[in-house]
Amino acid sequence: MTRAEAHAAILAKFPDAIVRDGREGKEAGDPYLVVKAERLHDVVKWMKEDPGMRFEVLQCLSGVDYGKDLASVYHLDSWTNKVTVCLRVELPREKPEVASITDLYGAADWHEREAYDLLGITYTGHPKLVRILCAEDWVGYPLRKDYVFPKEYHGIKNDL
Amino acid sequence: MPPTAPPVNPANQNQDLLTKDTILLTTVEDFVNWCRRSSVWPLTFGLACCAIEMMAVGATKFDIDRFGSGPFRGTPRQADLMIVAGTVTHKMAPRVKRLYDQMAEPKYVIAMGACTIGGGPYWKYGYHVVKGVDLVIPVDVHVVGCPPRPEALLEGVFKIQDLMKREKLLDRLRTYHKRETYKGAGNAAMPAPGTPGR
Ligand code: SF4
Repeated sequence: MTRAEAHAAILAKFPDAIVRDGREGKEAGDPYLVVKAERLHDVVKWMKEDPGMRFEVLQCLSGVDYGKDLASVYHLDSWTNKVTVCLRVELPREKPEVASITDLYGAADWHEREAYDLLGITYTGHPKLVRILCAEDWVGYPLRKDYVFPKEYHGIKNDL
Repeated sequence: MPPTAPPVNPANQNQDLLTKDTILLTTVEDFVNWCRRSSVWPLTFGLACCAIEMMAVGATKFDIDRFGSGPFRGTPRQADLMIVAGTVTHKMAPRVKRLYDQMAEPKYVIAMGACTIGGGPYWKYGYHVVKGVDLVIPVDVHVVGCPPRPEALLEGVFKIQDLMKREKLLDRLRTYHKRETYKGAGNAAMPAPGTPGR
């Protein structure tokens, strides 16, 4: 299966869930599909469980700040069909919320916590969504473009 | 003719005792300092890439044992020297401080590497990096480099040994005063056991 075929299969199955096909734009990089946040879980579940698709592996789950919107990006692998597909969910900065896929892929657990920690994306249904890298009482989400550095933290000056 | 022992002058007999390696004269201070600087025990404790060079110092090629500083201790209570080797993050700082507090006096600190001295590569955009471990605990010797060569760290240990050599037994208060000024910083409450995500 090629990536284009995989994209076509997903588009055929979920015509209403895909916002746009990333290949159509002028953007460089991997082709990707932009999925509606509320349908993401369905799409991923189908991709994993459909006998024709068999995306067994979650290669990577990343949070991205594109300046205007945040995004949660999923790279899914099918070892059976030797193909990788990239899904992207665009989330409004004010309320970035998307369903967790930890019930499908155990690997998503820490990745989602990291995206939550550094970008503040809420994954609903995650079993334990707490900060994973920063200290528990850290303020703000450091990888957001509009993040303001703390002046001090627990009595340790940070702006020298 | 077989060699004969030189005749012993009875008047010099006591003096002779001194020259026969049986009695050494020194001051208590020098003796104590000599003992201490001949067995500086560092704390096993590495935070980032610099720790790799610290391990090299401990291994055969650079061999810190030659200078009496070999046994890296697994507990701060047995250690004399803290080699802060690596990037100190804000999350780590309270832990570093706690380890330091657990060490018994007299204690010494080497700040090893650019990160530990002043934030290093993360000085400007590292939101989570403490800009120098001096902000948390008092440092005696800074070893520069990113990472410093193992020889440089050995030199740092020598500098610590020099400090110990010059130490006055009754002048310990000076060091205490120095430490008083650090009372406030980094005393962040470590999250209590059972806190989510701990
Ligand atoms: S000073 Fe350089 S080598 Fe040492 S911890 Fe920092 S980045 Fe790593």
